[in-house]
Amino acid sequence: MTDDVSHKAEKFIELFNKGKEFTEELLKENQKLRFRLASLEGAPGHGASEDEVSGLKGQIELLAEENRKMTERFRLVEEENKDFANRYVEVEEQNNNLANLYVASYQLHSTLDFREVIQIVQEIIINLVGAEAFSLLLLDEKTNDLKVIASEGSELMPGLEQMTARVGEGTLGQVARTGQSYYVNHDEDGGAISLDRPLAAVPLKIKEHVIGMIVIYKLLEQKDSFSAVDYELFSLLAAHAATAIFSSKLYSQSERKLNTIQSFLDLLTTST
Amino acid sequence: MPTIMENATFLVVEDSPTMRQLISFSLRRFRNAKIIEAVDGVDALKKLSGQKIDLILTDINMPVMDGLKLVSLVRQNSQLKDIPIVIITTEGAEEDRERGMALGANSYISKPIQSSHLIKTITELLTV
Repeated sequence: MTDDVSHKAEKFIELFNKGKEFTEELLKENQKLRFRLASLEGAPGHGASEDEVSGLKGQIELLAEENRKMTERFRLVEEENKDFANRYVEVEEQNNNLANLYVASYQLHSTLDFREVIQIVQEIIINLVGAEAFSLLLLDEKTNDLKVIASEGSELMPGLEQMTARVGEGTLGQVARTGQSYYVNHDEDGGAISLDRPLAAVPLKIKEHVIGMIVIYKLLEQKDSFSAVDYELFSLLAAHAATAIFSSKLYSQSERKLNTIQSFLDLLTTST
Repeated sequence: MPTIMENATFLVVEDSPTMRQLISFSLRRFRNAKIIEAVDGVDALKKLSGQKIDLILTDINMPVMDGLKLVSLVRQNSQLKDIPIVIITTEGAEEDRERGMALGANSYISKPIQSSHLIKTITELLTV
């Protein structure tokens, strides 16, 4: 019996001690919270006066205004950048076009050999203009006929290599007579391209004198239509190809004559 | 910002002098670029054996040895096999392009050549 009482007393003391520890912990926590509250109350901004609040609001407004200005400036710079990028693309394109024109002109005047000049004109039409079927015609001054001296793509445009045109007759003849280039907008004409109705006919002129013509019937698969630089190339070809062909022809003739004279002189010297 | 290899040496293989000049003209945009020209595949192989080439640009249709044969021979050569090759196709010729790429070309461009496209293609291959 006494053992039972003492056991219960021990249990009670143990429970009491735990209660005491818990109460002490609560008191400590309470003290900590009081201290935290006191330090927060003492912190700047707490309980600020109305002047301070309005000052801070003013600062916020200033910053917001600055932010708006910066955003606007950023938008303007971005637009300017876009403009520069577009201009860069244009300059690139111009550069490309000028390179094409320079190369075409350089090559045309790089030789006095008639066959080479014709070959170069063909290369320019294929590689720079991007034509798949075309012909190069020269004017026979005796008959007043334009005759093909070089062509490409006869499988796409049958009869291309034998075609002729009389000055003043048909589309090509009119181009030769007037000296005005002819272009067809194939979208409007439903692709009705024939030997006398090409995509483009460009007269080769020395001043106003037409000596031949470039006639284009079909462009390469990957090329839909003529671009701005193609028209530049056509006008370059109209003048430069004409002079290159003409001068190489004259040179070949003078070479032949020189050879004949030389042979004649050789004959004279050997016979004397 | 990627930087493009400086002092690069290009081998331009093209039978047309007009095209050779046009391509070489475009390649001058690369700083200190050295441009070597060859008129066909055989000429290209001779020039490849004499010097270090960083990139080959080759036409497909050429006399003596065409561009496809050249691509194939370069890829079989242990010393040359890693040189990037760009093939130039005349038509919108899918077949030529596919054959060239299957033989080991790294990229292709179609005629008529746009200088900006050529530069972009090479820049992608030579960016270090």
